[in-house]
Amino acid sequence: MAEHTPKPEELSKVDYHPPKKGWMDPHVEFRKGTFCYSALAKNIEYLGMPNPREWQPFDADWKLPPNWKQIILDGMKERLEKYRSFRLFMDICVRCGACADKCHFYVGSGDPKNMPVLRAELIRSIYRRYFTPAGKMFGPLAGGRELTEEVIKEWFYYFYQCTECRRCSVFCPYGIDQAEITIIGRELLNLIGCNINWVMEPAANCFRTGNHLGIQPHGFKDSIDFAVDELEEITGIRVEAPIMKKGAEVLFIMPSADYFASPHYYTLLGYLMLFHEIGLDYTMSAFAGEGGNFGLFTSHEMMKRLNAKIYEEAKRLKVKWILGGECGHMWRVAHQYMNTLNGPPDFLEVPVSPITGTRFENAKSTKMTHIMEFTADLIHNGKLKLDKSRNDHWKVTHHDPCNVARGMGLLEEPRYVINGVCNHFYDMPENTIREQTFCCGSGAGLGTDENMEMRMRGGLPRGNAVKYVKEKHGVNLLTTICAIDKATLPAVVDYWVGGVEVGGIHELVGNALVMKGEKERTADLRGTPFAAKEVKAHA
Amino acid sequence: MNALLSLIVVLVLGALAYVGGSVEGLRTLFGVIIPYAAILTFLVGVAYRVVRWALSPVPFRITTTCGQQKSLPWMKAGYLESPYTTLGVTLRMALEVLLFRSLFRNTKAELRSGPQLVYGENKYLWLAALAFHWSFLIIFLRHLRFFMQPVPAFVNLLSDADGFFQIGAPVLYLTDVFILAALGYLLWRRFRDPQVRYISLFTDYFALFLLIGLAGSGVLMRYFFRPDIVAVKELALGLVTFTPAVPVQVGGLFFVHLFLLSLLIAYFPFSKLMHFAGVFLSPTRNLANNNRAKRHVNPWDYPVKVHTYAEWEEEFHDKIKAAGLPMEKE
Repeated sequence: MAEHTPKPEELSKVDYHPPKKGWMDPHVEFRKGTFCYSALAKNIEYLGMPNPREWQPFDADWKLPPNWKQIILDGMKERLEKYRSFRLFMDICVRCGACADKCHFYVGSGDPKNMPVLRAELIRSIYRRYFTPAGKMFGPLAGGRELTEEVIKEWFYYFYQCTECRRCSVFCPYGIDQAEITIIGRELLNLIGCNINWVMEPAANCFRTGNHLGIQPHGFKDSIDFAVDELEEITGIRVEAPIMKKGAEVLFIMPSADYFASPHYYTLLGYLMLFHEIGLDYTMSAFAGEGGNFGLFTSHEMMKRLNAKIYEEAKRLKVKWILGGECGHMWRVAHQYMNTLNGPPDFLEVPVSPITGTRFENAKSTKMTHIMEFTADLIHNGKLKLDKSRNDHWKVTHHDPCNVARGMGLLEEPRYVINGVCNHFYDMPENTIREQTFCCGSGAGLGTDENMEMRMRGGLPRGNAVKYVKEKHGVNLLTTICAIDKATLPAVVDYWVGGVEVGGIHELVGNALVMKGEKERTADLRGTPFAAKEVKAHA
Repeated sequence: MNALLSLIVVLVLGALAYVGGSVEGLRTLFGVIIPYAAILTFLVGVAYRVVRWALSPVPFRITTTCGQQKSLPWMKAGYLESPYTTLGVTLRMALEVLLFRSLFRNTKAELRSGPQLVYGENKYLWLAALAFHWSFLIIFLRHLRFFMQPVPAFVNLLSDADGFFQIGAPVLYLTDVFILAALGYLLWRRFRDPQVRYISLFTDYFALFLLIGLAGSGVLMRYFFRPDIVAVKELALGLVTFTPAVPVQVGGLFFVHLFLLSLLIAYFPFSKLMHFAGVFLSPTRNLANNNRAKRHVNPWDYPVKVHTYAEWEEEFHDKIKAAGLPMEKE
């Protein structure tokens, strides 16, 4: 926890009264703990993007290019012509305010500019002033305002205070999606070099090494080897973990955090056990060693640049289809963008589970199946020997990642798998799960420590829902199928709840999976001893 | 401030029409020229805006999924909230347009001490929106009696149904009550709710006052200050048959009504009222969630600079080799 973050008691005193002064006069204060630092010049340079320089958001002079205003207006014009979503969402909002208290940042901060409607108005007001007859003629009366450097600073602050979670879009009567507006707003900011390091460094790393963390091929191999060794200690079985094996049936893509961060790592162990047990002919790749895509948080072009390696690697390795691990925004990209960006993948086949024979018709064009679909199908067909009681020490609740819920609709598969591998599962209240799930507050590249206060504010609704099931059912494990969640929810639940761990679903699968020839297991993948089997003990 | 200003503007405009209607020389302007100009502005303007939207392509299929995707055959998919087929999308859109499905979801979040976040039902906005839009449609259809001779049967039927309770004389139309109540609520909400007041622009109040003025003047005419109905119908029929006669004096209130209507119609293409057409084009709602089954094509797709496998292998050659991983070039 960053040193300046106020205590939960302080932070939860949220003032929802908007200021007396209207919002049209741009003003923003960069207070420590509520914003992310600027991108380092080396990262911008490496990616060949505009205006690399040394600067920070709290500097008075942002060192914008001299013609920045023209760049922004030209950029807006171009995007209005390229994206119907953008033009439409600029035009049709009626400011009914239904979205206002749907945003986790608004709920946690009370800052009116965090109401999705007003966050969008920050850019809409510029659109009206420069692109509509009413705005050109009547200015403020028609809701238009001048584009100044202060407006750019406001955009920066609030577009990097939106996690593109799409919750507002669920409630909007016209489906206006703030994520789409933020994506384009960030694209515009990138044109004049206003971006944050927590996004640009992973993007630069990913472009160079294939993953966000900048792990080089030997490092990738080392961490997989380490996992194989550890699994042998736990289970007595040495699993195979092929890397860049040509001619394998399946290419497995995961977020890099799975092999380099905790608690993601236990999920990796779960994958490796599962694939070994069912005898899946698969391969991982150090080149396509990242399913996550911080291009989504930068620009559509960067998303395409970072995503290209997945189909390229599938083609090079001559696999039949692609299986994707537990990740949130990776799946927004894989489900809604990848095939359009870098497809069609004609060299692949429709995914068919070699174990059950199930044809994944829903992935017949993109040729990439979600591991939750894959594992749910295995369990449904009785292909796994599972000892649920090995998860009896966990009382589980599940956090639906925003992108998987609202950008894909994968809601039941995780619950099916959880219920298949553990005995104690309790959903959080209805308004906080499935399509109404609340963001962790750190998505879309905002999960950095200097932004801790804002992350905790954004995490309040999620934290509160976890607290509810903890108090009601004694929940002690929050599962999620998103790498960013696994990295940032531990801080959120420690701060707002306490006494709840965060983990992946394939970690639970790994705990419950009874492998052929395994040695007697007494502890789960984390080394926590299994709950004593009371019935047997009494007998 | 925004509210007061827009109220004044609407009042001034209304007064203008009241005076205009009583001056013989101005009656043609308010009774014929302005209505025609307004309709022309509406048709050209709305067409322009819709074509403008349509000309911007939809590069990606960005459906907002509000229900279970179609995946495994034994898993129940939400065919309305996460439609997989065109039929599903059509039904989803129908629910959205006819019943305001998304607005129906509305909740109210309240942070209590503890902290404890509580979510309550909040259906008033949905109810008022629905009452307003449906009443407006029915009132619009009822008005066809002024524009058609003979009056079509369905218009009579609709009017009878609307006046079903037979209260007072002339019979009270329920939609008249609903529309004023709904508009009143929507206005009250903009004043009362601090958040909504904060986001409200001049144009938000202007649209509301215009509608209240329009509905209010109509109600006043029907129940209190009856204009010469025969003359009104003559004017209306003249307008729709393109044989407009110079209108006779049918009462100042009528000209207020007609002028506010003309303003509203002409204002449409320049305002947020375009949501009536825009909702049909919203890419988060009108596309199927079948992304992985059916490829979506981006018409302006272009090649980008990528880091190829060959470049990657070259850069990390020694390390890949030392780690004993398979390579293309040893």
